[in-house]
Amino acid sequence: MTAATEAAAEAGEYSVIAEGLRKQYGDKTAVDGLDLRVRRGTVCGLLGPNGAGKTTSVRMLSTLVRPDGGRAEVGGHDVVRRPDLVRRRIGLTGQHAAVDEILTARQNLRMFGRLFHLGHPAARARAEELLAQFSLLEAADKQVKTFSGGMRRRLDLAASMILAPEVLFLDEPTTGLDPRGRREVWDAVRGLTATGTTVLLTTHYLDEADKLSDWICVIDQGRKITEDTPAGLKRAVGGDRVEVVLADPADLPLTAGAVARVAAGGRPPETDEAELRVHAPVTEGVAALTEVARELQDAGVAVLDIGLRRPTLDEVFLRLTGGAERETTEKENAV
Amino acid sequence: MSAPTTTEQDERRLYWEFVDCWTIVRRELGHLAKQPSLIAWQLGFPIVSVLLYVYVFGSAMDVGGGQDYTTFVMPGMFAMTMAFGFMNTAMAVTVEKDRGVIDRFRSMPMARSAVVAGRGVADVLHAGIDLAVMALIALAIGWRSDGSLVETVYAFLLLLLLRFALIWIGVYLGLLVPNQEAAGNLFAVAFPFGMISSVFTPPSMMPDWLGAIAMWNPVSSTATAIRELFGVSTTAGDSWIEQHAPLMSVVWPLAITAVFLPLAVRRYQALGR
Repeated sequence: MTAATEAAAEAGEYSVIAEGLRKQYGDKTAVDGLDLRVRRGTVCGLLGPNGAGKTTSVRMLSTLVRPDGGRAEVGGHDVVRRPDLVRRRIGLTGQHAAVDEILTARQNLRMFGRLFHLGHPAARARAEELLAQFSLLEAADKQVKTFSGGMRRRLDLAASMILAPEVLFLDEPTTGLDPRGRREVWDAVRGLTATGTTVLLTTHYLDEADKLSDWICVIDQGRKITEDTPAGLKRAVGGDRVEVVLADPADLPLTAGAVARVAAGGRPPETDEAELRVHAPVTEGVAALTEVARELQDAGVAVLDIGLRRPTLDEVFLRLTGGAERETTEKENAV
Repeated sequence: MSAPTTTEQDERRLYWEFVDCWTIVRRELGHLAKQPSLIAWQLGFPIVSVLLYVYVFGSAMDVGGGQDYTTFVMPGMFAMTMAFGFMNTAMAVTVEKDRGVIDRFRSMPMARSAVVAGRGVADVLHAGIDLAVMALIALAIGWRSDGSLVETVYAFLLLLLLRFALIWIGVYLGLLVPNQEAAGNLFAVAFPFGMISSVFTPPSMMPDWLGAIAMWNPVSSTATAIRELFGVSTTAGDSWIEQHAPLMSVVWPLAITAVFLPLAVRRYQALGR
């Protein structure tokens, strides 16, 4: 395949393509050579801690800021050379609900429709469709400042969907929302993906990326650390872990043996001799925990603490970013 | 889902620049229609000032030439209202920037000029409403223009010209400051700018150094020029700047626009860097 036809095929398959995308703010490199591909019609979660470069990446892809290096295509058009064409194919929902507080929901959608260059009748009709789609018909004539956080975000999403964009960017769509608001937004996003919109979502909530995404790309310090399906990522990071804290160091070998028998994939458990802690990833969490507890009790081992732990996002990043050093220390411990 | 599409051609660019600008202006007018109290709120300070200076201090004020103080101070109040107007522009721009509204506009296929141009047109219209309200209050407390109709209309146009020029300072500062709290602090700039001027007293009655600052204040040129147009008999001071107030009331706004319009546009474009 020639380079040209390869590029054309790629452009059809992927709605977002970024290669070596870079952005520098003074001394700080916000995005440092990001490669990203989002398959048409899928949801890609861009997961990372605050300051990882998620927002800057989205701002470059949505034509808000110019990249310092690399290239990006969104909806088949280069973001630097044809931002005008890109803007007709994207919707953007930023970290704040960027809607007019004083106007009503209906007035907002009509105004945005006009700014998307729909004629008056089309803008009016589209506003009604979106109000219905995002369950805002009842509140349509209320001022937005009276809305709950979840309603505002839904209106914000609706405003991004006026042209049914090929690509929708959601930059931390649920930050600052209560659990109910988050659920409302999640439902709305799922509804969109059912219609074939490609979604690039940034979040620092692991569960949010997990619930919504087909593919997760983990970034830190402006670089991609890893990417995988949510299931694959969780496998890599390890799901639930059984953790035992002992009173007596003499019980460590016995405990390690008990934990090893329930560990996922039969991998040897990790042992922290200083803290007298033994832990290992498990697949059937509750069953494994019960078994280890019973075995230790039968052997008369004094246990200070035993429990089932889920990896927090901090641990995910620690494991993914500090993976290399960790391997080494583990080997040293083993020797 | 029946998603509408738009044309890909840019051939009607100029057309859309006007239409998008008008959409933004209509939005601002929509705000006023929804919240008429906005006008009262923004006129709060000028109105309180009128009451304070006309009724509280008025009897103690002697600006010379046997001039009635209400007649002297009302044109100053008009000018001060225009001068403080840049705060409204700056605050509105900062709020839009903070809430991501400007980002949303910039990610849309609308004309980019419309965001700034629409703000400018809307603010001049808003200032026109402000002035009309102020004029009605002035008439109610006994102020009259002794100028001809043409002179009176010209005076109000000069006031709007000052406000127009200050829009660009407002947009520039609004984009410059980091957040809404900082925008609120701009009052520290607005206050002396509005008040160290010929608004309340002739600069010739101030200490020399302060008088010099006051008489070179663009607000003073407008205030002095419109006083002449309204037929206020107090003669302006002898300095060159005061003698040329009618000229300077046009030159100042044009100079401010020449400096701050490009700065504001550059600042707006810098959002993309």
